[in-house]
Amino acid sequence: MPEKKIRVLIAKPGLDGHDRGAKIIARALRDAGMEVIYTGLRQTPDMIASAAAQEDVDVIGLSILSGAHNTLCPQLMKLLHEKGMTDVTVLVGGIIPEADIPALKQAGIAEIFLPGTSTQDIIEFIQKRLAPAH
Amino acid sequence: MSEPSDIKTKSPGRGAESRKPSSAEQAWEKNTLAPTLAKSVERQREFTTTSSYPIRRLYTEADLAGWEPARDLSFPGEPPYTRGIHPTMYRTRLWTMRQFAGFGTAEDTNQRFRYLLAHGQTGLSTAFDLPTLMGYDSDHPLSEGEVGKCGVAISSLADMEVLFDHIPLADVTTSMTINSPAAVIWAMYLAVAEKQGADWKKISGTLQNDILKEYIAQKEYIYPPEPSMRLVIDTFEFGMKHTPKFNVISISGYHIREAGSTAIQELAFTLRDGMEYVEWAMRRGLPVDEFTPQLSFFFNAHNDFFEEIAKYRAARRIWHKAMTERYQSTNSRSWALRFHTQTAGCSLTAQQPMNNVVRTAIQALAGVMGGTQSLHTNSLDEAWALPTEFAATVALRTQQIIAHETGVTNTVDPLGGSYFVEALTNEVEQGAWEYIRRIDAMGGMVAAIEKSYPQREIAEASYRYQMAVDRKEKIIVGVNEYVTPEKPIELLQIDETVARRQAARLSKLRAGRSSVEVDRRLQALRKAAHSSENLMPFIYDAVKSYATLGEICEAMRTVFGAYEEVSVT
Repeated sequence: MPEKKIRVLIAKPGLDGHDRGAKIIARALRDAGMEVIYTGLRQTPDMIASAAAQEDVDVIGLSILSGAHNTLCPQLMKLLHEKGMTDVTVLVGGIIPEADIPALKQAGIAEIFLPGTSTQDIIEFIQKRLAPAH
Repeated sequence: MSEPSDIKTKSPGRGAESRKPSSAEQAWEKNTLAPTLAKSVERQREFTTTSSYPIRRLYTEADLAGWEPARDLSFPGEPPYTRGIHPTMYRTRLWTMRQFAGFGTAEDTNQRFRYLLAHGQTGLSTAFDLPTLMGYDSDHPLSEGEVGKCGVAISSLADMEVLFDHIPLADVTTSMTINSPAAVIWAMYLAVAEKQGADWKKISGTLQNDILKEYIAQKEYIYPPEPSMRLVIDTFEFGMKHTPKFNVISISGYHIREAGSTAIQELAFTLRDGMEYVEWAMRRGLPVDEFTPQLSFFFNAHNDFFEEIAKYRAARRIWHKAMTERYQSTNSRSWALRFHTQTAGCSLTAQQPMNNVVRTAIQALAGVMGGTQSLHTNSLDEAWALPTEFAATVALRTQQIIAHETGVTNTVDPLGGSYFVEALTNEVEQGAWEYIRRIDAMGGMVAAIEKSYPQREIAEASYRYQMAVDRKEKIIVGVNEYVTPEKPIELLQIDETVARRQAARLSKLRAGRSSVEVDRRLQALRKAAHSSENLMPFIYDAVKSYATLGEICEAMRTVFGAYEEVSVT
């Protein structure tokens, strides 16, 4: 029986247009055999939660470099909770000061990947995390 | 228009396949080189630049076949400006040390500006926050979480008055990194200058105003390309008439490179953008010799020392050729490419941040050896946040050390005549022209952008680079090699009180101004936007009535519409 592919939504919330990281991750995950949907730029938490529900994804990857993570991440987690999507793994990649990490994890972010992380580490994290379900 | 047939072939710029070594060089290869290689192989099979451009073991006169010093090198201050645009370069005047700064409210940034000027900085450079860059006021719902974070929040002329309080715009030159709303922010700046009594004919500074690279790389656009280009040409025309010393645009490769391009792509796309602006302005009827002296450029300084130097030298040669041959310019002030340099933010690491001081120093040195007119050096905490005062000071000191201690400023173009540098300059130039011809064949840069051509080329290069880093084919010290455990460093924190202070100021502003006057001037702007009139006078009028940035941009958005890109992944 063919294995079901892991479905990932890569999203760029906020006003920032620096999409180099988001695009690299989208392509690396796709090359690793995952089904990847990239939302494009300037998505509100509302748009991201809706897209995630519509596409029935296993993972949401947020790319945030602008310093707006403390505002945007809790908003998204609240919306996912309201939609009953508590089993979606939410990851954040970008410029996140170490001091902000505990609060983000508290809000339900599964992992935060800082600058310099190799794409392989992210692929392995997702595969390991979703292994029992797939 | 059909795409050229070589579109899918390898990246442009691979040169020197027809290299013919002299008999002396052949003898060296046989008698000296071969026995050495027989004993010990070289560290790598292929040596490449940061941009993955292949570099040969040795460069000799064989790499300069067809190169004519009188034509291709010439003398400083003379065409084609390979050796620099001034005959004496830094012996007369050092480059302008222009540190990019901006955070929080206008008061916060005004303080930092005054601190930098007091410590020997010679020009200002303003970073705006994301809402400002996107044409939203600080109290717009989409601004939530972003106010004052990546730069200073400017929502109206009232903020701009505070930003330049006690800074004489008649004497200090200011660069403003603003693109889609550039005309509006510039109008605010001119209004402050007027209030201070500064003569518009004498003030100088630089407006980034480069919308093409926004579609290509940085993605902070509002309107579709056509009306955006109209706004840019409106500022060219206005500047030509009213502010002859102001650089109305800074045609920028910096962001293209930060998005992951190679050096050759940065050079080619930037200069082709420049040509696109010239062509749109000429179609408007602006005389090429009158507006082009006010165009300036902005390049990245990445890690690969010689590749960067070759890039700057090639840039001057390409622009000279384009201006004289393509546009038949007869004004020598239009031929010389003037540029600002910023060291590569994307090369800096969150790990072991002190190492970034070293990277930045070497990158800055490349900018200076390449003949830059002004320079920003990044701070060691760049990969984490906006700089602390300490980090910003070290970055400025780095430039001062290069200027006063290293001796590289004692002579003009110290690397001129080096086999390697001259050959690489030729190859980088040739590679850029290949890209420029491809874009010409597509119908120009706006057409190429609509086909996602530059976006796709950059995404490819950026992915290849990341894979090379992940496979450790490229070593980044402290990231994929020489890793050590470390403690977090002290960072500048921007808190949410900035957003609240801005919101309060905006309510007060809206309550205190004449809303009848604001509406009247916004209505006049909308009407003009429907016509083909130059919009600068209408924007200036609106700004003076304290209409906000968001209101003015929204007035134009209702006429021009908003742009959405097709994402390339």
